[in-house]
Amino acid sequence: MSETTLGGIVGGIAGRMPKFIRRADPAVLTSFACIVLLLLLGSLYSRSFLSPEYLLQQLKVASFLGVIATGMMLVILLGQIDLSVPWAVAAGAMMACAAAAYGPVGVALAIPFGVLCGVAIGIVNGIGVAYLRIPSMIITLATNAVAQGLMVVYTGGFSPQDSATAAMRYVATGFTIPGVPNAVIIWALIGAAMVFVLTRTSFGRAVYGIGNRERAAYLSGIDTRRIVMIAFAVSGGLSAFGGVLLAGYASKAAQSMGDAYLLPSIAAVVLGGTSILGGRGSYLGTVAGVILITLLQSILSVMQMPEAGRQIIYGVVIVAMLLLYGRAPASR
Amino acid sequence: MKDWRYWLAEQRGTLLAFGIFIVMFAIYSANHPAGFTANVVQTAANKGVLLAFVAMAQTLVVITAGIDLSVGMIFTLTNCMASWLVIGTGLETAFGVLAVLGTGLLCGAVNGAIVIYGRLQPIVATIATGAVFFGLALLLRPVPGGSVNEDLADFLTGRFFGVLPASLIVLVAVVLVVWVPFRRSELGRAAYAAGSSETAAYMSGVPIRRGKFLAYTLAGLLAAIGGLFLTFFTYTGEAAYASGNAYTLFSIAAVVLGGVSLFGGKGSAIGAIFGALAFRTIGDLLFVFDFDPLWQPLFQGVILLIAVSLGAFALFRVRNRLEWFL
Repeated sequence: MSETTLGGIVGGIAGRMPKFIRRADPAVLTSFACIVLLLLLGSLYSRSFLSPEYLLQQLKVASFLGVIATGMMLVILLGQIDLSVPWAVAAGAMMACAAAAYGPVGVALAIPFGVLCGVAIGIVNGIGVAYLRIPSMIITLATNAVAQGLMVVYTGGFSPQDSATAAMRYVATGFTIPGVPNAVIIWALIGAAMVFVLTRTSFGRAVYGIGNRERAAYLSGIDTRRIVMIAFAVSGGLSAFGGVLLAGYASKAAQSMGDAYLLPSIAAVVLGGTSILGGRGSYLGTVAGVILITLLQSILSVMQMPEAGRQIIYGVVIVAMLLLYGRAPASR
Repeated sequence: MKDWRYWLAEQRGTLLAFGIFIVMFAIYSANHPAGFTANVVQTAANKGVLLAFVAMAQTLVVITAGIDLSVGMIFTLTNCMASWLVIGTGLETAFGVLAVLGTGLLCGAVNGAIVIYGRLQPIVATIATGAVFFGLALLLRPVPGGSVNEDLADFLTGRFFGVLPASLIVLVAVVLVVWVPFRRSELGRAAYAAGSSETAAYMSGVPIRRGKFLAYTLAGLLAAIGGLFLTFFTYTGEAAYASGNAYTLFSIAAVVLGGVSLFGGKGSAIGAIFGALAFRTIGDLLFVFDFDPLWQPLFQGVILLIAVSLGAFALFRVRNRLEWFL
């Protein structure tokens, strides 16, 4: 996009740079710059901040948010939003743990069942947004409330079977490749799949098209409603999968475990340069956003900031960064 | 069209919400063991006005085609604040009330400034400011506690002349002092115009920015009045994340039930008030019919889902498929 507008001179210089820098969004570069800055700040505070163990641990924690933010990004690219993340995460985790109570078959199917519950939530969102044309912000809040209600009724005030299966624990905390936590590998796989889908498939092109102007996408023969619905289903599924991973990490599922993931997942996507209005953004930016948020959280907790301070700094930082580069164009 | 028919068409959403509320409340009080007594009405009113204030706040923002996902957190923050300040002698209490309301105004103004002058999307901006407000609330009340001027609290949650719930009177007063002047002012019309069609409003020289800013600011004030009342009912302040979120969510449900269009430019705060009262009554119906309270969140969620899906009926009137996409 920028090559055509900036003209020949810039294009000539940029042409000699590696492709990934040439095509990078200023927002993505800013996020990476902020990551470096946070790492420097952190290393001033504590020596161990730059140790490989610590960084790998951060990457592992980031991968849960990364998986959830991947789904959120797909929805935001459409120009929509998914506010059902909190209870999709919790439902995925709780249902996966609950399935494990039903014998060996249940244990084997625990992870797919949890993800499927998230997909179901996502499909309800998708039907509401795509076919009933309800604003996504509203219908996803409503499904979030319904999912919460279902989980409260299901648990009945006590926790039935809430401990994670061995497979869930292995997926979240085990090591298939020595030194690299499984969760990171999973995030990398999901991220790679997402990049492939977004850049190499007609589905991905359609997502960007709908995000830019759904009317135009519809007129050019895309079944926009199907695409929107699939995107929401994927988002719900990935949120639930994030919940499954979290349950494996904590070895149990809890009701409010998803609450802490709504704002971070939106913030990660938006800080990574994806336009909240849809149609523009790269997965690399989301990766940067996820790492940035995770590092910020980690530094705040290393500094033993109380929860109140964390919330405040967190909100202020997100507003400040959005004001830096997430602004809508001046009207008219 | 005759004047009254035009008026009827304009108020359809409000009247529908009023009708739903009357029906629901009739079922509720008919099945209540104590029947339709002043006590039952007072309890219902006290529970209902909390949501009504927050729903009014949400309405102001929704009218401008925005959304405020931080109303619940302003509500929580002002609750925590009131549990420190609204205490002591009459003068101290008065200053406390003013300080709490001022805080609400300030929170609303911050939201408005970020959304309008910072040009951020209302959803993201208010989720983020909501986190800040909740952090401040937690700073004020790390553990639930505090107290309030109980004379004032009892007076405002009691009954006038033995029958009229005081909280309802305050609600009506707030409508007359805040909503009606806003609705009739130039800036109030600007807020409506901005929600209806921002470009057209801008082209006609309507002060859309000031109108929207006023709407966000007053929304903060109304949420603060709600927070103040929560303190009067509970005598304490608590920074409860779940409750703040629930109020945000319910305020949207109330707004939708009250006939306020989420696309902006249509509806009134009075409709939202009846929406809020109806929503509360529906929730309470479960109790008079002896359901397990565990089912309440699910029931409320399903009501919300149905309420927002009702808007989809407009699709049947669409002649041209391109109108699916706004």
